[in-house]
Amino acid sequence: MSPKHSKSNDVNPILTILYDKTFRSVVYQILVFGGVFLLGWYLVSNTLANLRAQDIATGFGFLDREAAFGISESVIAYSADDSYGRALLVGITNTLKVASIGIVLATILGTIIGIATVSKNWLLRFIGVTYIETFRNIPVLLQLIFWYAVITRGLPGLRSALNPIEGVFLSNRGLYIPVMANHPAWTWVGVGFIAGIAGAFFLRRWSLKRLEATGHIFPHLSVGLGIIVAVPFLVWLVFGAPTEMNVPKIDTFNFQGGARMSPEFTALLLGLTLYTTTYIAEVVRSGIQSVPYGQTEAATSLGLRSSWIMRLIVLPQALRVIIPPLTNQYLNLTKNSSLAVAIGYPDLVSVSNTTMNQTGQAVEGVAIFMTVYLSISLLVSLFMNWYNKRMSLVER
Amino acid sequence: MTEQSRLSDRESVIQVKKMNKWFGDFHVLTDIDLDVKQGERIVICGPSGSGKSTLIRCLNRLEEHQEGDIIVNGIELGDNVKNIEVIRKDVCMVFQHFNLFPHLTVLDNLTLAPMFVLKQPKKEAEATAMKFLERVKIAEQAHKFPGQLSGGQQQRVAIARSLCMNPKVMLFDEPTSALDPEMIKEVLDVMIELAEDGMTMLCVTHEMGFAKQVADRVIFMDAGQIVEENEPHEFFDNPKNDRTKLFLSQILGH
Amino acid sequence: MTETTNRARPVSGPVVNRSLRWMKENLFSTPLNAAITLFCIYIIWSVLDVLVSWAVINASFGAAKEACETATGACWAYVHDMWRFLLFGTYPSELHWRPLVAMIMLTSGMLLSMNRRFWSPWLAVAWIVGFIAVYFVLRGGILGLTPVRTAQWGGLTLTLVLAVVGIAFAAPLALLLALGRRSDMPLIKVVCIVVIEVFRGVPLISVLFMASVMFPLFLPEGVSIDVLLRAQIGIIFFQAAYLAEVFRGGMQAIPKGQYEAADSLGLNYWQKTFKIILPQALRLVIPPTMSTFISLFKDTSLVVIIGLFDLLAATRAAVNDPMWRQQFVEAYLFIALIYFCFCFFMSRYSAYLDNDLKKSTSH
Repeated sequence: MSPKHSKSNDVNPILTILYDKTFRSVVYQILVFGGVFLLGWYLVSNTLANLRAQDIATGFGFLDREAAFGISESVIAYSADDSYGRALLVGITNTLKVASIGIVLATILGTIIGIATVSKNWLLRFIGVTYIETFRNIPVLLQLIFWYAVITRGLPGLRSALNPIEGVFLSNRGLYIPVMANHPAWTWVGVGFIAGIAGAFFLRRWSLKRLEATGHIFPHLSVGLGIIVAVPFLVWLVFGAPTEMNVPKIDTFNFQGGARMSPEFTALLLGLTLYTTTYIAEVVRSGIQSVPYGQTEAATSLGLRSSWIMRLIVLPQALRVIIPPLTNQYLNLTKNSSLAVAIGYPDLVSVSNTTMNQTGQAVEGVAIFMTVYLSISLLVSLFMNWYNKRMSLVER
Repeated sequence: MTEQSRLSDRESVIQVKKMNKWFGDFHVLTDIDLDVKQGERIVICGPSGSGKSTLIRCLNRLEEHQEGDIIVNGIELGDNVKNIEVIRKDVCMVFQHFNLFPHLTVLDNLTLAPMFVLKQPKKEAEATAMKFLERVKIAEQAHKFPGQLSGGQQQRVAIARSLCMNPKVMLFDEPTSALDPEMIKEVLDVMIELAEDGMTMLCVTHEMGFAKQVADRVIFMDAGQIVEENEPHEFFDNPKNDRTKLFLSQILGH
Repeated sequence: MTETTNRARPVSGPVVNRSLRWMKENLFSTPLNAAITLFCIYIIWSVLDVLVSWAVINASFGAAKEACETATGACWAYVHDMWRFLLFGTYPSELHWRPLVAMIMLTSGMLLSMNRRFWSPWLAVAWIVGFIAVYFVLRGGILGLTPVRTAQWGGLTLTLVLAVVGIAFAAPLALLLALGRRSDMPLIKVVCIVVIEVFRGVPLISVLFMASVMFPLFLPEGVSIDVLLRAQIGIIFFQAAYLAEVFRGGMQAIPKGQYEAADSLGLNYWQKTFKIILPQALRLVIPPTMSTFISLFKDTSLVVIIGLFDLLAATRAAVNDPMWRQQFVEAYLFIALIYFCFCFFMSRYSAYLDNDLKKSTSH
């Protein structure tokens, strides 16, 4: 015994162990982990017992069985003869469809409103803030149900459908819009559009190279936009400029032709977009405000014009702040699209719910959609970690 | 004496006549008259809140004045956007908090404005940038980010960034106030060198040693007015105004 | 000195001039700005025009439905007819005083807790006592009160119960999860990370489905837990996961020096955490904490999907009344206003508290 310990010689050796840090840490961990393990084991064994008692087969075998229920709208081909697995796949694609369109719309609208809230114009700020405060303080589910009720009850029926623009019909059966009639030209116009984007991209690279080499600035933004518009237009002309349209018409029992957005899809898209917009606007606002004013001042005193200051100094710094919470909002929108079940849009949760009710495979059903959402979330957060590492400012 | 007379013969770079400025109802600058000659080194001092920073920020239109005239290189500084652009190319500012762009490397910080404002090719801009980085003795840090440098190094980069624009006038807004004592000297050395090379400088600072060593003229401001101005020896040894005396006794008192 | 500060700016003067100057600076500084201003005025005008003429000018305020048949605007008779149903759901109407008392207890408890003077450990005790009281007021079965099944609880009462109980239990759970995730004991850390990330990764609706469909399977034969309680537990865990990340962010923002100072003074883990770190960390995260609470409040509306009868569900049932089929706008706007008032009040309070604490800890 070292002299240091001589005073505590009379202390019980068991107490010394009890006060040992490592010992305590091990005990705590065993307690917590053991508790969690026991709880899990208890729940699993109960579940198995219950399933046996109710005569429900466990496992995912039911996925191959015939679903025997219809789905009102679908991106991929589906009929009631298809399997449950196919039905769930339809649900996933429907979820992705509404989420991706909603994300695009909410980003555009959110950016506009976010910029409005930092405007120098007091009234514009006022409108932006009022919009944000109103739509974010009302539950999104209430908004969805409201828009659905507006479309299905507030809008007139087939016979007296609203016809705001020639060929556009708005009724309680959804929104019908004219589309281009089938013609090989349109495929090539699409190809031309993609080629135009690629062209604009290469133009940008070329102009930046030239800027570095000669110092001459080329207006790649406006010329690039021009290319994106002009190339598909020329392709369209080359194919004889087809103008035939597939215009919806009112038939005896329904609309014929045109493209349809169902009431469920329209309400869901509208509600999700308007709600998520408020959060995105806040993200954009705080991103812009996060760039210290000294940055703008320094750039100004170097003689940079305000459009260049925005592009070279403010935006790159603001985007670092904006992108992580923005991705979070995209995830939230995707997760909120599960509220579709309340208004009958056949998304993943809605289809799983039907499946669970028909087969009794509650555990598997919930497990499937939780897994899908979890994997989307995990993929996105992996991407975000990578992005943050790459983009974080280097500091001492 | 001879130097003084030579100065007065020179061309004026900046002329400020009866300039007034308000922040809301607060009168920050009152009837400022100032004539800056080519190659003149001016130090502006005064208690905090006396309007000295605002004065030099008006000179490249970071702040707008409401009354009076500011003429830089014979061009009137007013609402005319073209004039403002031309003047900003010639008048550069070094800030108290450096305001380097944290998302760009040191080298990119320096080449940005020459490329986009002066339309220099990248190679040329980089060559100039490296020249000035060497001059402020920091060339080896060219590819680091501002956040990786010490305060003194950052301020020297900021000075080099201004020099790359080949300015006719440099404005310094308390360039050493945010620095640790041991870093002040490295920044002042760079500024002294600049002064010796004949750069026209307006410098808001409390570094009285610097003022004595390089200034042609010291201006004392209080409550938005120029209270006293004189060449350094007279200013420090024989201040006329009571407010100047009080200020000097406080700042040199220990 | 005086002669400089007293000289007024040339354009400034009496109130009229001042407001003109304000308008020039904020609304008409450039031609573009002036155009934007006119555009904004047009938008505000058209929205107000539609809204005011529908809700006030052309509306009928009478209590009778007949009046609505002639009115082209809103029919507020509907709200007049329905408000009791919206507030109390299917709770037996002769006993409506009981949910009213419960709601008053919950809201006044919230209001009192918002006052910093009452912040003490006793507040937690008071809340626990309060919850027990609210429970028995609603459920009855003692002191001669008629028993009312939880399935009959509904309307705004149920929404408030879910929200307040949710907040009260999610916060301490979140604290434990956050501390666990920052712990240096690997097993505890892993458990907390899994709980947090799983709940954050899935939609609330799936948690509620799990509570309503799967939870009964978890329990042994013959044991069952009330669906309201299951939903409540689901909501608590879901929001606690989000809140835990908020708290963790606050703790990460506390400089290392604070931990070192506390250690060097010989404070143990819990003292360090509760006396030094948490008071500072929670202060930093007041705004995100409050917005999590606001989310929780809004998210209580999701219980309608698993068949509970909250404010939204009551409204949804009410608008299916064939007599009032076209009055769904009034009904939904009315409850939107209720939700809005609660959420807006919470967000204002968060801003106030943030400012107030900032003031009291600096200088």
